[in-house]
Amino acid sequence: MNAAILSSPVVGAEAAPPDHLLAVEALTVSFDGFKAVNDVSFYVEPDEIRVIIGPNGAGKTTVLDLICGRTKASAGSIKYKGQELTKLSESAIVQAGVGRKFQTPSIYDDLTVFENLEISFPRGRSVFGALTFKRDAEVRDRIHAIAETIFLKDQLKERAEFLSHGQKQWLEIGMLLIQDPELLMLDEPVAGMSVGERIKTAELLNQIIKGRSVLVIEHDMKFVEDIAHRVTVLHQGKVLSEGSMERVKNDPKVIEVYLGH
Amino acid sequence: MTNPVQTLTKSVTVNDNPFMKPVEWLSLVLLAGVILVVLPLMLDSFRLNLVGKYLTYAFVALGLVICWGYAGILSLGQGVFFGLGGYCMAMYLKLEASSVANTKIQSTPGIPDFMDWNQITAIPWFWQPFKSLPLTLILVVAVPVLFAMLISFAMFKRRVGGTYFAIITQAIAAILTILIVGQQGYTGGINGITDLRTLHGWDIRTDGAKTILYFVNGGLLIACILAAQYVKKSKLGRILVAMRDKEDRVRFSGYSVAGFKVFAFCFAAGLAAIGGAMFTLQVGFMSPSFVGIVPSIEMVIYAAVGGRLSLFGAVWGTLLVNWAKTSFSESFPDLWLFGLGALFIAVVLAFPNGLAGIWREQIESRLTRRVKGLRAPPPAIVPPKSTPVGAPAE
Repeated sequence: MNAAILSSPVVGAEAAPPDHLLAVEALTVSFDGFKAVNDVSFYVEPDEIRVIIGPNGAGKTTVLDLICGRTKASAGSIKYKGQELTKLSESAIVQAGVGRKFQTPSIYDDLTVFENLEISFPRGRSVFGALTFKRDAEVRDRIHAIAETIFLKDQLKERAEFLSHGQKQWLEIGMLLIQDPELLMLDEPVAGMSVGERIKTAELLNQIIKGRSVLVIEHDMKFVEDIAHRVTVLHQGKVLSEGSMERVKNDPKVIEVYLGH
Repeated sequence: MTNPVQTLTKSVTVNDNPFMKPVEWLSLVLLAGVILVVLPLMLDSFRLNLVGKYLTYAFVALGLVICWGYAGILSLGQGVFFGLGGYCMAMYLKLEASSVANTKIQSTPGIPDFMDWNQITAIPWFWQPFKSLPLTLILVVAVPVLFAMLISFAMFKRRVGGTYFAIITQAIAAILTILIVGQQGYTGGINGITDLRTLHGWDIRTDGAKTILYFVNGGLLIACILAAQYVKKSKLGRILVAMRDKEDRVRFSGYSVAGFKVFAFCFAAGLAAIGGAMFTLQVGFMSPSFVGIVPSIEMVIYAAVGGRLSLFGAVWGTLLVNWAKTSFSESFPDLWLFGLGALFIAVVLAFPNGLAGIWREQIESRLTRRVKGLRAPPPAIVPPKSTPVGAPAE
């Protein structure tokens, strides 16, 4: 009774349409007739960690490419907070609040860790803005705070090419964090990491998800189980199954094509 | 390790990105000293004018450092912008030299001589703005920069880059040369625009005028170095480097990559144009032989020899290659081009960072070691005698 009274106004306020942070609907892309992604629909809620799994060639990375504008969709829609992304340029999508990490660490080797983070700071993104950009206290404090989070505060002055593989991955995650995206997309964030680095990365992800949604592609099932709220299984460009890790693991279709070897 | 380092960075952060490092100030003073003091004292008027001509190419090399070295956009058509700047200046000077009094023997007095020879009877519309000096000074930079913007915007929006872009710039250099040569009546053709006399009534052919122009040129070059240094030091400079490394990452950090590339290309074009205008003023003519493919590639070699990542290196490289060109081609005119080619190959194979790289590895590292050696002992105890200001530099 008490609970019902408490919860009802909340339900009323959020009422109307369900507020998906990201709504992917009937998304299709074909390369020369081959449908790499075929009629894929899924929804990501605020503060959710969603993991996309699937065998090689299932179209996982292509889905991320489509969301961040690197690949143009042949059909379907991608709505982020109600805004259609398929028509926007890559930089506009980033500015709308979507961040993307690539499969191999994509950082600037010739710049220091500090400068890598500074470039990702969301200010002075126009040509003129970049010319007159001032490295003020706000920028410095934020960079120091992020560096602390990604375990790189002692490496700030080091050139990024001298970091270890794991550190490079963290740096790229840090570069996304400083943009403060509401939707963070990570493509295999623990691939090639040592066990120790993997644990630290899981800890890092759990730390940074507050106030944002994360869409992760990952092969490491142990890692997926640790972090995922919900899992979407892609197979041959289509959604095969969706739900909690527990449910997906026991789905006979999934077992057949993927988990059951 | 963590704590001392941390406190150190905290206290230094206020000035962790100075406009120029001490070594760069030293390089600037050295360069300015040589250009503005040593050479004028050492050389006669003819040789000084020759150095002035070389230095106009240094503007192009400076632009290439930003455009090629930093942004990774190789342009094999900088002669186009050098030439456009030079032609803009030449058109003004030619109109002034073609007063009715000077050209009364022509069938149409008051127009440039080559127009008269080509049966043109009135000054064409695109020559009209060059009757005004202020307008000319604006157009000297504006025409090449707008042209560069047009080309680069069309290319970079479509994400044409790398070798393809280099080839297109080269094609444009060839096209512009053919156009200038073909339209003899409007451009002076293969001879170019010659017989230039006065700038707003001031005779530029005298030794005195040439010396003054040399200093104007030197001053402008220093100013352009500082401007390029500002670009290099700004966040924009770092974005250019980042783009050269990982273009996609920059794009997915929320930047419109094309805009930054257009800026780098236009900046280089603007510098080249200033060089071109100063060339016309000091040498007294402008011709298509400074627009085409060969001069454009030579300009890239200047930057490569000097070091494509060093503003000062680019200037020294330009001076050195041109000095070598003049002395070699006086004695072995046939061998010079082979020499130039060999030089380029040597740079690419043996010292990819050019003269600046050699300087940095050999001299600067020793210098900073010595300076650090002097500064390293706790300064509280032995400050007075061991650190006179002038000493570390030598």
